[in-house]
Amino acid sequence: MTHTPPSGPINYHYTVVRQFSIATIIWGIVGMLVGVFIAAQMAWPALNFDIAWLSFGRLRPLHTNAVIFAFGGSALIGSSYYVVQRTCQTPLAFPKLAAFTFWGWTLVILLAAITLPLGLTTTKEYAELEWPIDILITVVWVSYAIVFFTTVARRTTSHIYVANWFYGAFILAIAMLHVVNNLEVPVSAWKSYSLYGGGIDAMVQWWYGHNAVGFFLTAGFLAMMYYFVPIQAGRPVYSYRLSIVHFWALIAVYMWAGPHHLHYSSLPDWVQSLGMVFSIVLLAPSWGGMINGVMTLSGAWSKLRTDPIIRFMIVALSFYGMSTFEGPMMSIKTVNALSHNTDWTIGHVHSGALGWVAMITMGCMYVLIPRVFNRQGMYSTAWIYTHFWLATIGTVLYIASMWVSGLMQGLMWRAVNADGTLTYSFVQEMEARFPYYVVRLVGGTIFFLGMLLMAWNVWKTLREENNDRNESNLAAA
Amino acid sequence: MSDFWSWYIIALTVLMLLGCAGLLLWNRSISEEEASKKTTGHVFDGIEEKNTPLPRWWLWLFILTLVFSVVYLVLYPGLGKFPGILGWTQEGQWQEEVDFVHKQTQPIFEQYAQVPVEELWQHQEVMEVGARLFANNCATCHGANANGARGYPNLTDNDWLYGGEPEAIRASLVNGRRGMMPPMIAAVGGTDEAVRDMALYVQSLSRPALRDDPTKAEAIARAEPRFMMCAACHGAGGVGNPMLGAPNLTDDIWLYGSTLADIEEAIRQGRGGVMPAFGEVLSAERIHVLTAYIYGLSRQ
Repeated sequence: MTHTPPSGPINYHYTVVRQFSIATIIWGIVGMLVGVFIAAQMAWPALNFDIAWLSFGRLRPLHTNAVIFAFGGSALIGSSYYVVQRTCQTPLAFPKLAAFTFWGWTLVILLAAITLPLGLTTTKEYAELEWPIDILITVVWVSYAIVFFTTVARRTTSHIYVANWFYGAFILAIAMLHVVNNLEVPVSAWKSYSLYGGGIDAMVQWWYGHNAVGFFLTAGFLAMMYYFVPIQAGRPVYSYRLSIVHFWALIAVYMWAGPHHLHYSSLPDWVQSLGMVFSIVLLAPSWGGMINGVMTLSGAWSKLRTDPIIRFMIVALSFYGMSTFEGPMMSIKTVNALSHNTDWTIGHVHSGALGWVAMITMGCMYVLIPRVFNRQGMYSTAWIYTHFWLATIGTVLYIASMWVSGLMQGLMWRAVNADGTLTYSFVQEMEARFPYYVVRLVGGTIFFLGMLLMAWNVWKTLREENNDRNESNLAAA
Repeated sequence: MSDFWSWYIIALTVLMLLGCAGLLLWNRSISEEEASKKTTGHVFDGIEEKNTPLPRWWLWLFILTLVFSVVYLVLYPGLGKFPGILGWTQEGQWQEEVDFVHKQTQPIFEQYAQVPVEELWQHQEVMEVGARLFANNCATCHGANANGARGYPNLTDNDWLYGGEPEAIRASLVNGRRGMMPPMIAAVGGTDEAVRDMALYVQSLSRPALRDDPTKAEAIARAEPRFMMCAACHGAGGVGNPMLGAPNLTDDIWLYGSTLADIEEAIRQGRGGVMPAFGEVLSAERIHVLTAYIYGLSRQ
């Protein structure tokens, strides 16, 4: 393909990007609020008020779906529509289809918010939505893929930028995972049964579940990182070679890691072993993204002191590095025998979810939102600083309390007396968790307050013509 | 697993590992021509990419994990049907751990098994072992303090459905129990009034003062002859029958509550209670200790 820079200014389509970026903020608030509420229920179970649709079992999937697919999904789709245009130097293909993906995705989220509290669920973790919604997701996702890949095909640049490889892998893999894991037999309008049975169902579910982590929460957000970190730092990407190697290794190896969710189960030994060794092989490819992100800042380290957005991104990459080290470690059978079914897993997930996914999203949104709404920058930089500290402290409180709680659980469960009896009954162990659940709630609440501050900052950015230093905030025409 | 699938798995796994190694080999260094240029020359929306070679420590970390994988898959099951040279299986590991614990603890329990239940419960140490066995096996239903709950008997009150002798307690533990009261609505007369009458009568068995209440005496008298139907299990006078697990109705201890509504529900719908069998869950020696613990609970 020839390198022909466009002659005139390119007419980029930002409407759908604006819609998704605002949706990111709104669903972030909703999803995190539900998270805070169910964290409170863990400490004080009476907070379900004996109302079925407020019960933990129904709100927990609402929380996970809202933060992963509504908050995270909106950020990914919205940012990809921005990045793919800018880095391919061509307007978004099929703007009407792109608009459909926004309204379709919004409808999926609203249907989830109604059906999950009603108890309509397939019971598959992170794939709880029932079959009619699954079909809608498929239609929206295929439309999204058409818009994205057509835009890439119409690029006027000679190469495809690394962010688009990751977005592309994310889109293709999620399409495959969603369809295969949700093959189900409907028995009524809102009830279906999985096509698979027993151990195979469990294996398909965790092949899906872990690759949702790999392709949605890792590849997708790495794509975001690959555009917004060099843009904000004003520095070239650290290593093209590293991006090639870690991209191909990451997408190839992730597919194998799912069985580590089913250690010491009825899954055959050989499957468990393969899941474990490839989880360990996954360490280096995962860290490749962290190195490329953090080292992009080399030569501009001083920005860490002056730019709170860069801080969001670098701290997010640090949490990413930490979780992707912790993950392979937890996949080792010996470690897993201690950590499985404990709060350690919850801590691990949230060091990824709060520390990596949410913080990189916040950092990128602080860059993206002013750009697509024709502003110089966010209304208040001071508030971004405050948000940064709220997010960091909230995350640390959350994951530290869950680590301690999880280790305590694992050790109490396996403590044995000389007579071979268990030292603690389950309820004794459960009582011991209480203080950690309160700390977790405090951490989550602090994180949530940061999200509210961000929303307020976005609101002021959109509504006010001046920033908080009373300078004009409108972008130069 | 058939040979085909075994080889299929082996081939895919080896290809994956070789693929990773090949990717590293192919990219381990960059050409001098490439190195001489600072960036790749691509520009995307102002973003450039540097020609930095792979960080060495990262490359070695990657290689190390690949080596680990190969070693692990030689030692442990993973490559299709190949069992690994250590012959490890998760069932084998479980059996080893169980055998280890058994070997450690068996002498203690064998010693306890020599002592009859009537004496064993008086040893503080045995009651502590029993309490731990109870907490992990029985407390789910009977409560941490063995005080029971609605439908689950209190084990501390010396009132026994199936008898409180050591052998009866042991039989409950080993074989479990299945308490069953059939719906008696038809047998007591079939009408709402008859059910109410009988509920009052059952209450009066443990609360004789009710018979002196003029508003209730008549109803109680009406039900009295019909209690014959109940006496088949609960015994004449309602004193219960431990052979059937039929509760004593005269002692004011209630498994499902003492209100008229509770009793009426029992008459209309019957009751069913299940105590699971622990004979295959716990060894005979452990059941011996639990028997002594439960025997001792109402004697402390």
